[in-house]
Amino acid sequence: MVDISTNLCGLQLSNPVIPASGTFGFGEEFKNFYDLNILGSISIKGTTKEPRFGNETPRIAECTSGMLNSVGLQNPGVDAVISDKLPKMKEFYNKQVIANISGFSFEEFEYSCEKIDKADNVGIIEVNISCPNVHGGGMSFGTNAESAAEVTKRVKKVTTKPVFIKLTPNVTNISEIAKACEEAGADGLSLINTLLGLRVDLKTKKPVLANKKGGFSGSAVLPVALRCVYEVYEAVKIPIMGMGGVSTADDVIEMMLCGASAVQIGAANLVNPYACKEIIENLPHAMKKYGINSLKEIIGGAH
Amino acid sequence: MHKIISNKNIAKDVFEMKLSGDTSKITAPGQFINIKLDGFYLRRPISVCDYNSDTITIIYKTVGKGTEYMSDLKSGTELDVLCGLGNGFDTSKSGDKPLLIGGGVGVPPMYNLAKKLISENKKPAAVLGFNTADDIFYEKEFMDLGIEVKISTADGSAHNKGFVTDIFPEDYTYFYTCGPIPMLKAVCDKTKTSGQLSFEERMGCGFGACMGCTCKTKYGDKRICKDGPVLLKEEIIW
Repeated sequence: MVDISTNLCGLQLSNPVIPASGTFGFGEEFKNFYDLNILGSISIKGTTKEPRFGNETPRIAECTSGMLNSVGLQNPGVDAVISDKLPKMKEFYNKQVIANISGFSFEEFEYSCEKIDKADNVGIIEVNISCPNVHGGGMSFGTNAESAAEVTKRVKKVTTKPVFIKLTPNVTNISEIAKACEEAGADGLSLINTLLGLRVDLKTKKPVLANKKGGFSGSAVLPVALRCVYEVYEAVKIPIMGMGGVSTADDVIEMMLCGASAVQIGAANLVNPYACKEIIENLPHAMKKYGINSLKEIIGGAH
Repeated sequence: MHKIISNKNIAKDVFEMKLSGDTSKITAPGQFINIKLDGFYLRRPISVCDYNSDTITIIYKTVGKGTEYMSDLKSGTELDVLCGLGNGFDTSKSGDKPLLIGGGVGVPPMYNLAKKLISENKKPAAVLGFNTADDIFYEKEFMDLGIEVKISTADGSAHNKGFVTDIFPEDYTYFYTCGPIPMLKAVCDKTKTSGQLSFEERMGCGFGACMGCTCKTKYGDKRICKDGPVLLKEEIIW
């Protein structure tokens, strides 16, 4: 028997596979496809202080081996997430979830983290300072070491739960931002968020997305994500959740070898709703194929 | 997996594909299927034209690389298909004489809807609009249902010259429609009864997860793929 378990800051995971925020809603749509309790955890849809409609449509554009999205953090707001979405998740998911929080000011990050800290089925708070699709918030906090550190400090003060800061790859030096978050007290890091992209509709000769730019994700971004995780693993000591283009069990192993303690699956869920289930089922076979007995033992093994 | 039984050109740039496989997830006319194509990242959502216990018929227009690739697929090819997506039309509201209005590739979902309404002992009438004579498809299929069928072409090259709204019957109890947005709006302006409209939007997943296709309605934000594609006349914000 191979051991596919892992852990994140003391949170034991039966396996490293976690659906990524924004690709899995609050689980409701996927529970009809399979029993979600097989998942290591679930990172919920990015939550903000106020409810948000998001950007105008079209919000989706196809790319070679990937897609752009400019959803713009559509969510019901932190109060509805706490009173409605998280309790509903308990009905079909009996493990701890990862609460993904975003904001447009330091105060909003604090507000939402302090509130969601009280939810008993939240095991980790993942702070999104890297959304490329909103103005005056999101990624603007994550492209600068000082503001990334400031968000980290502020949220650490209002929660006792482990805090993972979600980083953007749209920076010159991701390790510098990672180190700033670690020094500010982050318990872990999640990377990468989407890459900023754009596509033009050749019929209208204008950008496909109403928001013009969007976040690029899908299997095409895997090498960028692996490189970022590899670099950040060498720069910090705190655990990393690796994500970006992961679509197979082999990709999970590759990500863990680069330094990820757990791995999030994003766009793959949208193309194949069974993606996470299939990856979990394939992990033991892939491990045997590469002579791996325990996933925990290979974390950072590529260094 | 679903297997292609036939895939044929039935009008200019329009193809009819029949698929064999599980249809048990389809619960209402107006739902769609989402098809994975080799070499394309996102699935292609196509409305269901008709289905029975083991066959699904779809009609699609070649509008881009994905649908062009689909049009070249041969019988026997197996496809990864998600079925029974979206809410579909609610026939319980139709009254005795519902009016079905289809425009272009908005015509296909009207076909199974007509059959369902007939099976419920109602007397639907169909009004189908196309741009030109070469675009017309399923005229015979609709006629064979034994219902009143009127067809318009924008350029007058066949049947009545003009738009679907020019050939509405005198009275009807309710309406169902699918077609381009300007047609849907014209239909809403012209109709005196309540009704249901099927919308299109660029989708990511097609099953409600990604929030890629959300629109605002008077009844709150709705995902076209999951809470739609069918919306009520009363809730639409134009």
